Order: sequence, then C-alpha cells, then structure tokens
Amino acid sequence: MSGDPKIAIRGLRKSFGSKHVLQGIDLDVGVGESLVVIGGSGTGKSVMLKCILGLLQPDAGSIRIDGSEVVGLSAGEREALMRKFGMLFQGSALFDSLAVWENVAFGLIQGRGLKRAAAREIALQKLAAVGLGADVAALRPAELSGGMQKRVALARAIAAEPEIIFFDEPTTGLDPIMADIINDLIIKCVKDLGATAISITHDMASTRKIADRVAMIHNGRIIWAGLKSEIDRSGNPYVDQFIHGRAEGPIRMEVRAR
Amino acid sequence: MTERNFLASVGRTFLDFLAVTGRIVVFALAAIFYALRPPYYPRLILRQMVDVGYYSLPVVGLTAVFTGMVLALQTYTGFSRFAAENAIANVVVLSVTRELGPVIAGLMVAGRIGAAIAAEIGTMRVTDQIDALTTLSTNPYRYLVAPRLIAGFTMVPLLVLVADIIGVFGGFLVSTYKLQFNAASYIQRTVDFLQTQDVAAGLAKAAVFGFIVALMGCYNGYHSRGGAQGVGAATTYAVVSSSILILVFDYVLTEAFFAR
Ligand SMILES: Nc1ncnc2c1ncn2[C@@H]1O[C@H](COP(=O)(O)OP(=O)(O)OP(=O)(O)O)[C@@H](O)[C@H]1O
Ligand SMILES: [Mg+2]
Repeated sequence: MSGDPKIAIRGLRKSFGSKHVLQGIDLDVGVGESLVVIGGSGTGKSVMLKCILGLLQPDAGSIRIDGSEVVGLSAGEREALMRKFGMLFQGSALFDSLAVWENVAFGLIQGRGLKRAAAREIALQKLAAVGLGADVAALRPAELSGGMQKRVALARAIAAEPEIIFFDEPTTGLDPIMADIINDLIIKCVKDLGATAISITHDMASTRKIADRVAMIHNGRIIWAGLKSEIDRSGNPYVDQFIHGRAEGPIRMEVRAR
Repeated sequence: MTERNFLASVGRTFLDFLAVTGRIVVFALAAIFYALRPPYYPRLILRQMVDVGYYSLPVVGLTAVFTGMVLALQTYTGFSRFAAENAIANVVVLSVTRELGPVIAGLMVAGRIGAAIAAEIGTMRVTDQIDALTTLSTNPYRYLVAPRLIAGFTMVPLLVLVADIIGVFGGFLVSTYKLQFNAASYIQRTVDFLQTQDVAAGLAKAAVFGFIVALMGCYNGYHSRGGAQGVGAATTYAVVSSSILILVFDYVLTEAFFAR
C-alpha cells in the first residue's frame, strides 16, 4: 500500500438490537488495491459494506474515503459521493420492472445523465464482458437464471467505471469456468481502470486469484489482514481453519456454544 | 398495580401512535421536498398516472353505478311514504358528489393501488433494490415515492369526477326505468340541484384521499422488512390504514367544507 488509503475504517460498530454485528472494525484499503474479505457466514461482511456505502447508519466509528469523513453526510452529499461507487449486491438486487440492459445502463442514465442510446451501447458492451449476448439484453431479470442475474448485477456495478467497487460474493452460484471469467473481469477492473475493490467471497480459489490483500472478519473484528502470499503462513488458527475449510477448529467451537 | 399497568400500556400505545404519525409526516415531507427538486421523472409519473387513473376506471365505474342505483332505490323506499319521490334526484346528486363518489373511489383505489404500491416497494426493499437505487446515485424518494404521490393526488380527483357522473347516471337509470319517473324532469331536477361547490369539495376530498392512499402504500412498503411475510404485512397495513384514514379525513373535511 502506498500513500494515503482510499478507504480508512476505524472503530466501526453496528448492532441490530442486542446483536452486536460489528464491534470495532479497523481496516485500510489502498488506492487501486484489491482487498478480499473472508469470514464465516453471518459475521457481518455485507453489513460492513452497507455501512461504508451509508445504506446502514453505523453506531460508532469513522469511515474516510479519500481522506474525508463520510459517516453522517447529508443526503445530497451522499448522492454525489455515490458516483464513486459501484456495488454488486449479494442477492443481485436487479430492478425487476426494467429490462436487463436498462438495469445495466441505469447508473449511466440516471446517475450520469447519458442519452439512452449511448447508455445502451455501453450496457451491451458490459453485458458482453460478462458473457451475456444481446438477446439477453431485452429480457426481464425474472427470466434469467440465478447465475445470469449475478452477471447482470456485476455488469451494472462496473458499468459506470466507478473508482471503488464492492463485490458481495461475485462468484457464488456460478459454474467454475464462469467464476474464473468473473475473476478475470474483476482483476481487469482493478488493473485497467485503477479501481479500488473490496470483494467478499467464500471461494478460496477466487480469493487467491483476485486478492492483493486478504482480511478476515470474525466476531465483529478484523482478526487478520495481510498480503495474499502470507495467507498460508498467517499463524492464525482461525484463518488456517477457514482457508482449509476444516470443520474442526476454533470457529466451530463458538458455533457449538450458541 | 394492574391499573397502573393499564395506564402505562395506554400511554405507551398513545406514544407509539404519535411516533408513527411523526414518521409518516417526515416521510411525506421528504417525498414532497424531493419531488419539487430536479431531476424530475416525467416518464415514471406518467406511468403511475396511467396505473392509478386509467386502470382504476373499471372498478371505480362499476362501484359508482351500483352505488347510484341503490341510492335511488333506497331513497324512493324512504321518501315515497311522504310522497316526495321528486327528492330522489336531489338526494342522489348531493350524496354522490359530496360524499359517495369520493369515498367509494377512495376506498377502491386504496384496495387496488395502495396494495400494489406497498407490495411493489416492499419487494424492492426486501430484495435490496432500494439500496441498489441509492448506490446508482438515484434518490428513492424522488424515483419511487414522489411519482406515486403525484399520481394519487392528481388522478383520484379525475376518477371521482367520472364516478360522480356514472353514479348520478346510475340513479337516473333506476329512477326512469324501474321507478318510471319522467326522464326529462329527473334530468332537470338533477341539473337544478347540482352545485359547483359540492363537486369541488368532493374533488378536494378526492385529492386528499389519493394522497393518503399513495402515501400509506409507499410508507408501509418502504419500511417493510423480513421477506415475503413482511411484504404481506406491509400490504395489509397500507390498505387498512389508508381505508381508515379516508373515513376519518372524510369526516374532518366534511366538517371543514359544509358545517356552518
Ligand atoms: N437489516 C438487518 N436487521 C437485523 N439484522 C441484520 C440486518 N442485516 C444483517 N443483520 C444481521 O447481521 C449479521 C451479519 O449479516 P451479514 O449479512 O453482514 O452477514 P455476512 O457476513 O454477509 O454473511 P454471508 O456470508 O452469509 O452473506 C447477521 O447475523 C444478520 O442476522
Ligand atoms: Mg453477506
């Protein structure tokens, strides 16, 4: 990491009622860096992304984007800030009242004021990049398979070529070949566009391919963060258990104790 | 002790009620605030207007015609004893324009549109589509809520205008075909008793009802949570609360317009 971080999170906390999901997250993401966040199901990975985006209001802590605080921005400032972001939601979250290409072009038309025809061209290019042809473009999201929806959502997230892109489980539900194509696409976004990316994944093959750095979240905190090359000798039993997918280990114990 | 518990629970319910009312008002103000500022979405507004206005015509028309017909029949039953059949035209035109047109249309729209709005926005909420809108630099109040409020506010009065005409026509049908009144004199009486201010007051009510229906649909949908079940609950709340509010505001507005 060189220079000031693109995203700097300090002491981020978020609870839902008595459920303390994030309990003091500290995390830096450098400019043009691809960070992969790993961690067990329900540990708050998606919640963390939503806090950074301002979709959830953090209970405490600071989030700085390009050095300026974004917690507690006004709605207008937030709307302007959103132009920097692209987000692939875990459940795709496609607009089911719009055609596939309109979904992909949405941020271009609404957010950047492009003409529909021009936006459509870009949308078709982005769809092609995720392996979807022009015949799919006119369909409704409900007419697509889950994996196809995910790819449309990915095309939508990158369509406006944002500075910061969040991928919440980009390869879940895809076949291994398509997953690898998506991995390449994510790498391309980061390398070619110089975007900063945070990806959440349970897929270790994908992690090893797309990550510059890896951070592991557990019990509401980042318990380990390091370069991808260090992940196999982290010396952290939680990380070891997670990357090898072992049922036995410190994480299982806590699940059992519930 | 039980008395205190009872009082406490009454107090809590009342406070909850105030809190919800406050949240709905804030929600409405936010939507109006964003509706008045660019970017505007004329296509979305138009689509909602067609949905609320045009596609509600059959239900509103059907209910209005039968309401007018039954009104004529009942009025005849009541007034014939006093040999005052001629009052039928009077009663029909007054009741329909002042009261029944707006209320019937409002309730039908609450069932048809309020439920649809709550279900659509609720589904968008629980599937993260509203969050997705935000990340695509689009304000959901402006994009989703404002067009529906505008459509409700403007189209329900037009629906009521149609309902007024059809309702009065229903009364005319029963009076002339079933009760064998003279058509020309019935029409003459209707025109004599037709008051601009009655119609205008009915339309003003309709605008308020339309706004209420759209607002309760949007509010309940927007704040729904917990998957399909949550969307179902939001839909129910939207229809029930807007129906109740329509009847409450009907009284309040009648008091304001007609009480001397
Ligand atoms: N809107 C919400 N209201 C209440 N609880 C929530 C909400 N969103 C998330 N949670 C809770 O926060 C916890 C973390 O959720 P989150 O979606 O971030 O998990 P995750 O790490 O992304 O898991 P997965 O890998 O399964 O996607 C969960 O226990 C969930 O129940
Ligand atoms: Mg998640």
